[in-house]
Amino acid sequence: MKYLYYPGCSLEGTSVEYNISTKLLMNTVGVQLEEINDWSCCGATAAESKSHLLSYVLPARNLALAEKMKHSKQILVPCSACYLNLKKTEAIIKKDRHLLGKINMALAEEDLVLKGDVIVRHLLDVLSKDVDIQKIKDKSQHKMSGLTIAAYYGCQCLRPFGIFDDPEEPHSMDALIQATGAGVFKWDMGAQCCGASNFSTKPEAGMALVGKILTAAKGADAILTVCPMCQMNLESSQKKISHKEGIDLDIPVLFLPQFLGLAMGKTPKDVGLNLNLSNTGHLTQKAI
Amino acid sequence: MGKVSYEQLLEQIEPVKAMIQTCIQCGTCTASCPNTEFMDITPRHMWRLMLTDHVDALFSSKSFIMCSSCYYCTLRCPRGLSLTQAMSHLKQVASRLRLKQFQRSSLFYDAFLDSVKKHGRVREMEFMTHYFVSMKNPVLPFGYASLGLKLLAKGKIRPEFGSSGKGKLSAVFKRVAELEE
Repeated sequence: MKYLYYPGCSLEGTSVEYNISTKLLMNTVGVQLEEINDWSCCGATAAESKSHLLSYVLPARNLALAEKMKHSKQILVPCSACYLNLKKTEAIIKKDRHLLGKINMALAEEDLVLKGDVIVRHLLDVLSKDVDIQKIKDKSQHKMSGLTIAAYYGCQCLRPFGIFDDPEEPHSMDALIQATGAGVFKWDMGAQCCGASNFSTKPEAGMALVGKILTAAKGADAILTVCPMCQMNLESSQKKISHKEGIDLDIPVLFLPQFLGLAMGKTPKDVGLNLNLSNTGHLTQKAI
Repeated sequence: MGKVSYEQLLEQIEPVKAMIQTCIQCGTCTASCPNTEFMDITPRHMWRLMLTDHVDALFSSKSFIMCSSCYYCTLRCPRGLSLTQAMSHLKQVASRLRLKQFQRSSLFYDAFLDSVKKHGRVREMEFMTHYFVSMKNPVLPFGYASLGLKLLAKGKIRPEFGSSGKGKLSAVFKRVAELEE
C-alpha cells in the first residue's frame, strides 16, 4: 500500500511526535508514504476567517503538487484541520467549476494546475479501513491489557463530511484499541469540541470545553487523539484547569499512532513520548 | 464600530443572508453549539437578526467570533444550511471592515497568514511574536509564557527570525487579493 503524505505545519513543530509515530507505525504495518514535494500550509482556520478564496487556494496548491506525483492518487493526512481543508477543496471543485477556474488563476502564479484527481484520506480512515488489523494484533505484546483507553476524535476528522465514521457517535478507534489488548473507555465526549483556536484567542472559552472533556475522562488510563490541535489543548493546561475546577485532571494524552507503536513493542523514545506535554509516566509504568 | 455604516454592513452580509434564507428558526444550531455559554446572543437569534436586516445588532454581538468550527450545527441543520461557513463569512466581513470586537482574533490570523506568505509554512514562534507586537498589549505574552517555555524546552518551537526578501507565497497571495476585489 502506498500513499502520498501531507504532514502539515504542526507535525514539523508542536506535534513532531505525531509525525515520528505516524511514519514509524505505517512502516511497521507495511504502508509506504511519499511526502508531497514542497507542500505548504493548508490555511488552518486563519485563511477561512480572512478570505474565502484563500481558504481554497492554500489547500489547492498542495492538491496540485500531489497530482504531479506518481507514487499514489491518495493523500494521507494525520492532522484533522489539514484534512478538512484539503477535503473540502477536493469536494467543492467537483461541484463549483467557477471557483476551480479562480483557484487555477491564482495557482498559475506558480505554474500549477489543479485537475481534481487525488483523494484526501485521514490517518484514522486509512488505519481503520485499509490497514489489516491482524498486523496490529500479531505484533501487539499484550502490554496494554488491563488498561482502559478513552478515544477522542474531536471535530474536523468527523464533521461535516462523516466519511469513515459516524460523525456523532464515532467508533473507528475501538477496534484499533482492542487490537492491542486494551479496553475502550465508555464516554460520550469523543466527538465533542476541544475549543480549537479559541484556546489561543479566547482561553476562558477553550478551557471550559477542555475541562468538561478531562473531567469526563476520569477513570480512563489515557486519552488518544488524532489531531495536533486537540492534543495540544487537552494536554497543555491540565494543571491550570485542575486548579480552576478543583479536581485533579492529570491524565496522559497520546496520539493514536504513539499508543499503537508502544503496544507493538516500540520504545517510548521511538514514538517520541518524551515530547508529549502531559505526564505519560503512569501509562508507561502500567504498560511497559 | 467606528465609521462603518449600516448600508455597508447590509451590503457585506448579502451573500451570507442568501445562504441562510431558508432558516426555520428551529434552534437546532443553538442546542448543538458548544460555545453558547460564551455568546451574548444565540446562533438562532443571529440568523433571525440577519434575515430581518438588524445588522447593527448582529455586529454589536461577539457571538460569531466564538465559533470554533466544530460543524455540529452544519451536520444537524434540518434545512442543510452551511452554518459554520456562514460564521466564517461573518468573521471575514468583520475582518474586512476592521470591526473592533474582532480585532484580537483578526490580528492573530493576520500574523499566522503573514508567516505562511513568507515561508509557505507556519513558523509558530515568529507568528506568535508578531501577534504580541501587533496587539500592543505588554501583558498579553505572559499568558502564553509557560506553554511557550515548555515547547521551547522540548525543541518543538524554534526562534527563527529575519528572513527578508521575496516571500515564498507572495505572488499567490497577491493574485488572490486581486481576484477577490
